[in-house]
Amino acid sequence: MITAAIWPALDYSRVPYRLYHDAEIYACEQDRIFRGPAWSFLGMDTEIPNPGDFRATWIGETPIIFNRDESRAVRAFVNRCAHRGALVRRELSGNAEQHICIYHQWCYGLDGSLMAIPFRRGIRGKGGLDASFEMGAHGLRQLKVGNINGALFGTLAEDPEPLEDYLGAPVLAQLRRLFDRPVRVLGYNRQRIRGNWKLYAENTRDNYHASLLHEFLVTFGLDRSTQVGGVKMDSRHRHNITWAEAESDTEEFARQAYAGARVRNDFLSLREPALVAFRAEREDKLNIAITSVFPSAVFVQISNSLAVRQIRPRGVDEVEVFQTMIGYEDDPPEMTLHRLRQANLVGPAGLVSMEDGEAIEIAHRASKPDLDRTTVIELGGGGVISDRDYRVTDVPLRGFWSYYAELLGIEPKGAVR
Amino acid sequence: MTADGASVYALLAEYGALIDAAKFDEWLELFSAECRYQIAPRENFDRGLPAALVFCDSRAMLEDRIRALREANKYNIHTDRHLIGLPRILDDGFAVEAPFAVYQTDQEGETRLFATGLYRDRLEAIGRHLKIRDKLILLDTFAVPSLLATPL
Repeated sequence: MITAAIWPALDYSRVPYRLYHDAEIYACEQDRIFRGPAWSFLGMDTEIPNPGDFRATWIGETPIIFNRDESRAVRAFVNRCAHRGALVRRELSGNAEQHICIYHQWCYGLDGSLMAIPFRRGIRGKGGLDASFEMGAHGLRQLKVGNINGALFGTLAEDPEPLEDYLGAPVLAQLRRLFDRPVRVLGYNRQRIRGNWKLYAENTRDNYHASLLHEFLVTFGLDRSTQVGGVKMDSRHRHNITWAEAESDTEEFARQAYAGARVRNDFLSLREPALVAFRAEREDKLNIAITSVFPSAVFVQISNSLAVRQIRPRGVDEVEVFQTMIGYEDDPPEMTLHRLRQANLVGPAGLVSMEDGEAIEIAHRASKPDLDRTTVIELGGGGVISDRDYRVTDVPLRGFWSYYAELLGIEPKGAVR
Repeated sequence: MTADGASVYALLAEYGALIDAAKFDEWLELFSAECRYQIAPRENFDRGLPAALVFCDSRAMLEDRIRALREANKYNIHTDRHLIGLPRILDDGFAVEAPFAVYQTDQEGETRLFATGLYRDRLEAIGRHLKIRDKLILLDTFAVPSLLATPL
């Protein structure tokens, strides 16, 4: 059984490899995080515009459907029949008046209530269910649903912290910024990485790796650690915003800074510069804003490429990264084309993101045999977890682990938060 | 002029062989001076959604992809093997559809199916050669294993 004794350091600067590989710990996470108090991203409001529209998704390994009911309210349920535990809705998306399980045709309404059961009274008075069977007690299990400017979140917690409180002011501000206009979904992409889901959750909070692993950023002048930027967290440090401002450094300064790193600093240019050209869409200068929401959502702006990623654990050794690419409804066709071009930057074939798949797989593979050894998280120093106005840091990883420890009930006495 | 079967087969065979041999500059020469290259997840294509995994709507963008692969990107060390099925040659002979599978083999000799899907090509005759003007790769395996670096 996992206990608080697993942590070698009270500031979470050491994480035992066991946490990425132990099946029992993985099961515990499903229970205490994904089916626990956390809020998870479900999808976008605009994906289900009409009554009866539904989409299937996942919270951890739990199958979920969300739909718009007759009153136009968004509802979300565990996608599992009360009868035999089968998926009720097998399609990923569509429009329907009811959700009917194929196994024995149990039929649920758009509010999740159990509406009809075939042969409920049997045939010629024989068989069927007892008169005492309560239809009302066998609906689909409901989630609580929250909506931030069209971004839908759900939780299985009975009495959750209000979504706005859970996200905290900095994350709320980022989401309201990203979703300041009605969005249009441009498409999806998926990546299956042979590594534990937390390696991906850490990766999105790790500002230090960005321009070292993803050399495209520096080589082609899209993003450099010499730009003005930093990391900003909520007061509990469970979420993080990695940010940078466009054109906030000089070539010369960057060239000198990267001379000591083992990445090239003879910056190259592209034949099609539109691929990395940033068009400011707001008053602020942010050209990188990566908002990681505990446990499994990431809201991404890289230049003019916009996306929401869902981290979907698939067993202790595999994770699916499901990414929804977005633009805005009022984008002129030329801006949509610009976003489709910049979609080349992200996703499984992304010019600045493909390396993450490889980095996570090699970390997962090499850490597996030595479960009591640990990672090192000390960029930007150990000790107190706090915001930083520089980019060579991985402090937000310690914030992730501190909330992780709290939810799993393994927070050591005297640990930082 | 129409494109004959033998030249289409030869083009497709060359296409797969050049990627598998990592001869990306020669592979680029199979495309017209003005060309498009897209890898679209079936999930999007079937829903009429435009986002692609790789979206190069000019030859310059395709060349940038290859340059980035060589100069900047890091990816799983592997070799590719293209198995390209018999093409359907449609219309005037310049529209071609061919099913494909790409297997990847790592450094320790482990092979896995990486991708399967359908090529939808629009070809054109440049002098005596057939070139690819527009290649749409409909990716059945849109849950991409690990990452997608080398071209499909």
